[in-house]
Amino acid sequence: MATEILMPALSPTMEEGTLAKWLVKEGDTVHSGDVIAEIETDKATMEFEAVDEGVIGRLLVADGTANVAVNTPIAVLVEDGETVAAPPNRPAQQPVPADKMLTSESAPASAKQHPSPGSSTQDAPEWTAPEPDWPEGTQTRSQTVREALRDAMAEEMRRDGDVFLMGEEVGEYQGAYKISQGLLDEFGSKRVMDTPFTEHGFAGIGVGAAFGGLRPIVEFMTFNFAMQAVDQIVNSAAKTLYMSGGQMGCPIVFRGPNGAAARVGAQHSQDYAAWYTHIPGLKVCMPYSASDAKGLLKSAIRDPNPVVFLENEILYGRSFDVPVMKDFTVPFGKARIWREGTDVTLVSFGIGMTYALEAAEKLAAEGISAEVIDLRTLRPLDTATVIASVQKTNRCVTIEEGFPVASIGNHISAKLMQEAFDYLDAPVINLTGKDVPMPYAANLEKHALVTTDEVIAAVHKVTYR
Amino acid sequence: MVTRKPAAKPNVSADALKTWYRDMLLIRRFEEKAGQLYGMGLIGGFCHLYIGQEAVVVGLESTAEEGDKRITSYRDHGHMLACGMDPKGVMAELTGREGGYSKGKGGSMHMFSREKHFYGGHGIVGAQVPIGAGLAFSDKYRGNQNVTFTYFGDGAANQGQVYETFNMAALWKLPVIFVIENNQYAMGTAQVRSTSTPDLHTRGEAFGIPGEIVDGMDVLAVRDAGEKAVKHCRSGKGPYILEIKTYRYRGHSMSDPAKYRTREEVQKMRSERDPIEHVRELLLQGKHATEDDLKAIDKEIKAVVTDAADFARKCPEPKLDELWTDVYADAGEAN
Repeated sequence: MATEILMPALSPTMEEGTLAKWLVKEGDTVHSGDVIAEIETDKATMEFEAVDEGVIGRLLVADGTANVAVNTPIAVLVEDGETVAAPPNRPAQQPVPADKMLTSESAPASAKQHPSPGSSTQDAPEWTAPEPDWPEGTQTRSQTVREALRDAMAEEMRRDGDVFLMGEEVGEYQGAYKISQGLLDEFGSKRVMDTPFTEHGFAGIGVGAAFGGLRPIVEFMTFNFAMQAVDQIVNSAAKTLYMSGGQMGCPIVFRGPNGAAARVGAQHSQDYAAWYTHIPGLKVCMPYSASDAKGLLKSAIRDPNPVVFLENEILYGRSFDVPVMKDFTVPFGKARIWREGTDVTLVSFGIGMTYALEAAEKLAAEGISAEVIDLRTLRPLDTATVIASVQKTNRCVTIEEGFPVASIGNHISAKLMQEAFDYLDAPVINLTGKDVPMPYAANLEKHALVTTDEVIAAVHKVTYR
Repeated sequence: MVTRKPAAKPNVSADALKTWYRDMLLIRRFEEKAGQLYGMGLIGGFCHLYIGQEAVVVGLESTAEEGDKRITSYRDHGHMLACGMDPKGVMAELTGREGGYSKGKGGSMHMFSREKHFYGGHGIVGAQVPIGAGLAFSDKYRGNQNVTFTYFGDGAANQGQVYETFNMAALWKLPVIFVIENNQYAMGTAQVRSTSTPDLHTRGEAFGIPGEIVDGMDVLAVRDAGEKAVKHCRSGKGPYILEIKTYRYRGHSMSDPAKYRTREEVQKMRSERDPIEHVRELLLQGKHATEDDLKAIDKEIKAVVTDAADFARKCPEPKLDELWTDVYADAGEAN
């Protein structure tokens, strides 16, 4: 009996991939465990093994085909002597040229949990920022957040020989999330250092290297693991300048993915934005777009203070316009208005921006004009932009994925109450992740996170519509 | 406790012996004065005295060269004085005054000096160990010959981050000397009650780090071991462990009544193994100095400590706007 072989999901966030190469041809006999194809995910090229025994009856997807959705039939396996009854209804997919490739997380797929704004085939929102961070007329190109982060590090490493990258799998593996792809080749193992899996120790070594005058970039495979290093980040990196009366600065960047990815459970899904933002002495970035990821990371590496740089695994594969400039940086403490509006202010940062922007688009169709602010850096925090916006719209909803107690939204609400009380026409609503450890089940996880529908409902509430 | 080797003719100059005598005495008298000022309410919070352990830092500092770095825990006054930091600045920090090394914002446990390559002064047990390895990392990265003395106690020797650091220091051949100052008590917990095996100098064996035990009440023994360790590190062979057996005469901090050990134990150590008395005997027996010579040194040290205490008392407290400075370094054009 013929069995369909389906495109596998080979990473927690993979929704589609490229069928790089078949290692079998039609008519070949395969056994379970045989490697039959190489599949490129957003993170790596993976070998794909046969599960069942049989004969390859037909290959349905050609070598080099990009954007093959997870669960698409890619081959038919038959029993010995059996033939594939009829030609498949669909012709084999043709390879898609590389420049037409979409990034993995962008295409619609089943159980889509992290909607991208705009149309389903285009990553970047259609709206342009009212005030772009680059001079008018600057050429831009589409880049993923992943590529932008790598370029930021590479540019800064070329600029300053004291900048180096250390962390788990940053070198030979090319980055657990492929952020450091190519850096080992360019800069060598002295400046792209693979560490053992001991966050507490290597974070401390990074801090010591910074005290010694170097400019370390310490990559945490995820910020969940940085919990083991929190003493070095807070007590050693953040406080020493003050404790030394200004003598002993710590120019270091701690970076890595933060917050929920997809279905990785409670211990791998926490958003630490509020935790680090609490600490005087740290600077905290949480970019959404690729241009901000690049510009802010370059600023972070140059900053003489310890910077916690919170990335997001889901966003790594998203594409945005990035200016083609020799040295593009984004200053800290300056929010970005993504969309101007008059009826309500939506304040978010990081992946929360996807919900804010998608909600704003849907609300526009209802005739509600939402202003969408991306905070970009949480410490320093650009409260002035938020207050100015609320003075115009008189209503505010904050959106983040972290836990609700002592959230960034709570802090912004307090600031608005103190500094814009008379302008508020409704209580500020803080949308956050739910007050539970992250569940594994797909439906529960979806409910544990903020949704676009919740943003829309909150806007209805504050606008009394 | 390691017993002192018979005082054979020490392989050291009379001048060196006198310098060490002076340096150890400065720490002793400084700490006694700090204890006194604490009792008067002029020093607050936690204050961990180094009395009894003087030979450790003085012996090791005699092996250091310009550019070598040092870092330690919160029992740090002796390390600062031994590397040449100004007693006035240290004492004024203890009293929380603007003339202190950290402008009064660090206190007893948090002082630093870029000039003397002293990197603190760390209050979290064991946290200075990876930082010390990181300092050594910066020297190796730059390709110079400097080493970092990373001091920690027998209590910290049981911390996980110490072993994470041993692994990386050995793997990357970092020029770091791990100095375990084994004063036999982690606060009030005797080593036998906290530590499964007594020999801390063997703790690096699993990582391929050589180690040795050293009599920390004998400055000559410390110096000899230090020279060996420094040579090992400078030659690019990676880290080295010195377990230096020492003894603190005072409690863990000023508020510790030290009920966990007997008066007799302390007294026996003071009368039989005192590191300063040891050098004094060597000087006198070898006829390198007369009683009068040593009295002159005593007097000189007393004056230094009195000056430091006077400075620390008279120096004003930091101005209130200092509260808000030094939280962030000026980013200039970077941000």
